[in-house]
Amino acid sequence: MSATEDPDVRAVTPASRLAGYLRGGGVIVPLLTTLIAFLVGGLVMLVTGSDPIATYEAIWKGTGLQWIFPWTTGADRDLAASNLQQTLIITTPLILTGLAVAFAFRAGLFNIGGNGQYIVGSIAAVWVGSSFADMSSFLHILLAIVAACLAGAVWAGIAGVLKAFAGAHEVISTIMLNWIALWIGVWLFSLGGPLQNDAQKSIPVSNDVVEGAKLPVFWGDPVLQGLHIGIFIALFAVVVFWFLLNRSTAGFEVRAVGFNPEAARYSGMSVAKNYILVMAVCGLFAGLAGGIDVLGWQFRIATNDIQKLQLGFFGIAVALLGRNTAIGTVAAALLFGSLLSGTSQRNLDPTIFEPSLAENLTYIIQGLVILIVSADVLVLTMIRRGRGVFKRGSPPAVARADGEPEP
Amino acid sequence: MSASTLAAARTGISARTAAWAGIVLGVIAAYVALPPIMIRTPVVSLLLAAAGAAAGGYAVREGERRLGWIAVAMAVLGAVLAVIAVKSGEDNLDKVFVWSALAAGMLRFATPLIFAAMGGILSERSGVINIGLEGMMLMGAFFGIFGSDLTGSWVGGLLIGAAAGALLGLVHAVVSVHLRADQVVSGTGINILALGVTGYVFIYHYGTQGTPAEVSRVPDVTLPGVEDISFIGGAIGHANLLTWAALLLVPLLTLFLFRTRGGLRLRSVGEKPRAADTVGLPVIRTRYIAVISSGALAAIGGAYLSIALLGSFNENMTAGRGFIALAAVIFGGWRPWGALAGALLFGFSTALAQRLPAFSESTAVLFQALPYVLTLVVVAGVIARSRPPAAIGVPYVKE
Repeated sequence: MSATEDPDVRAVTPASRLAGYLRGGGVIVPLLTTLIAFLVGGLVMLVTGSDPIATYEAIWKGTGLQWIFPWTTGADRDLAASNLQQTLIITTPLILTGLAVAFAFRAGLFNIGGNGQYIVGSIAAVWVGSSFADMSSFLHILLAIVAACLAGAVWAGIAGVLKAFAGAHEVISTIMLNWIALWIGVWLFSLGGPLQNDAQKSIPVSNDVVEGAKLPVFWGDPVLQGLHIGIFIALFAVVVFWFLLNRSTAGFEVRAVGFNPEAARYSGMSVAKNYILVMAVCGLFAGLAGGIDVLGWQFRIATNDIQKLQLGFFGIAVALLGRNTAIGTVAAALLFGSLLSGTSQRNLDPTIFEPSLAENLTYIIQGLVILIVSADVLVLTMIRRGRGVFKRGSPPAVARADGEPEP
Repeated sequence: MSASTLAAARTGISARTAAWAGIVLGVIAAYVALPPIMIRTPVVSLLLAAAGAAAGGYAVREGERRLGWIAVAMAVLGAVLAVIAVKSGEDNLDKVFVWSALAAGMLRFATPLIFAAMGGILSERSGVINIGLEGMMLMGAFFGIFGSDLTGSWVGGLLIGAAAGALLGLVHAVVSVHLRADQVVSGTGINILALGVTGYVFIYHYGTQGTPAEVSRVPDVTLPGVEDISFIGGAIGHANLLTWAALLLVPLLTLFLFRTRGGLRLRSVGEKPRAADTVGLPVIRTRYIAVISSGALAAIGGAYLSIALLGSFNENMTAGRGFIALAAVIFGGWRPWGALAGALLFGFSTALAQRLPAFSESTAVLFQALPYVLTLVVVAGVIARSRPPAAIGVPYVKE
């Protein structure tokens, strides 16, 4: 028993404390955080000689969100529709990687391995999707998606098992698993690799997903990368996430372990089983993200796509900004999805702002969002100072990890 | 350590000795199958590896879990390497295993890891997790070459690079020490922020042309007399100045951490902050200093990449080296010498991966995953024994 009674089980994990912090502050902290991050982004533009208002306007146009307004008509409306499709395409995996992080947070765990889980999911999907060419379309898609989910779940499950039985901290193991997944992916598709393209022997990419395994496009032109049905799968996953956490016994245990592992253990719940289950569910979400991207619009994986991937880390920003809730995650994913597509090479007007600069601006804004949200004491202070009633209480009254009582 | 000394008292053979013997046997198992010895049958290697694994297993049973598991891992690795070597052609082996070049490569790739890992140890020993090493290295990589270009001297480059890393360290400290944010979250934010800041300034300042071809670079140190000795000359005859600095940093940090008052304070702040506070140590200030120095050191490691190794910068050029350094810290049990061993091992695997394409391109790629696999193995097997600093990850609230 001694191996499983590691300090993480005995004490409250950093992630569970964080979950506690995040319950305070409501919707105002995320909104203020976003505002501050965008203001700083504007400041960066101002210092480097661009017009922030014109740039943000161009980014806004790039997102296509003005499509929802009835007064956007004619050619504007067509362009907006096309841009909005791109925005929603990128929002889809963000929702899922956000869920992958949020679910772990709710259970007092920190899943920093979204990238790796996404990668194994996409590998599984591209492998299934490019094989079995004569399968019926519906079954093929289903099989590829299930494969992606399972791959992600198993990959993240490794971290869960290591935590449950060896006491390995999930932050460390998921980071390592990220990089192992990355290099496995690069190995598979690099020249001479086992899954490298059969026809083009000189390009480090996978085989193409066959027509039958591609997700149907329901809005826009399939040739011009219209919007595929993956967005509905992601929204369905959000419902599953909400139901699992709030309306199921398993979810109750997950949250109980997240609040206080020790108390959960006393009431007869298996903390070890929960760790494995939670990580597997997280991996399932992230793996699904990879699968949907491959079957929905990428159709193949290039080794440099894998190496440039940041979606798993963006998921952390999404979950934090969305306060680990179902609705919040969707909203935050839409925000970051808009930002990513609004600053993309395809959607941003290069005469107003250089897209390659804008791409980095997106990173700056995302980084700031994570920093500010995590330090929400700062934002709360600002709010309460404003009201003149600021008096910061101590963090949630729980035992500290070093066993010392809270002041 | 007390567990292993107890074991030694019981059995007579030190578990530590057994573990080290296992490690050496694992290395020999691989070595005899490679040039210049090149025994063309795997039997010898497998016997040696089996003996090494047994010694490792014995050490684990006797309480020396960390070294014991490393010995087992080395034995398995040695056996695998030997079998691969026996199966491949002698010409290819001769091409890949030029030992002096491999040793030089190991030092070359280990240098940035050593700097960042020492930074990581400083920060984590004070109780602050530093996932942001990657971002801090990236800051050093860009602002190092930016500074070298600006001032016309690599000294200026190193200083500006280190300052940029320290600044990011300051951000990490403010957010996670002062504002008591979750340290892992803050580190993640730091990494993404650094990616954006370096990319933005790089493109804004250098546009599509990239960094200038001729920037002042940290010189290599040619050792007269040594450079002509065959193996040693090839390995260290032309090492970079920063490589030597990195190797010097390890004993210095060990001395500081375990032999000076400042080091004792730093460690006590990371183990029992409340107790440290009670006896009057400035917990917050100590953590600030540790995290900021950590940023500066990691940044020097990053600057090595741009102004010593390559002489250029490209976006996200650290490409995960900060995480390998973090792996080295954990692999080495939060101890400088241990982290050095990790960094050298990971440097060696990179050096080998660079030469492997001679006979298999894709296998060479797989070698890049080795540091992470080894760290995962070590973390899984041993972390219960070789524990991180007790108060790591816990923000300190003064009473």
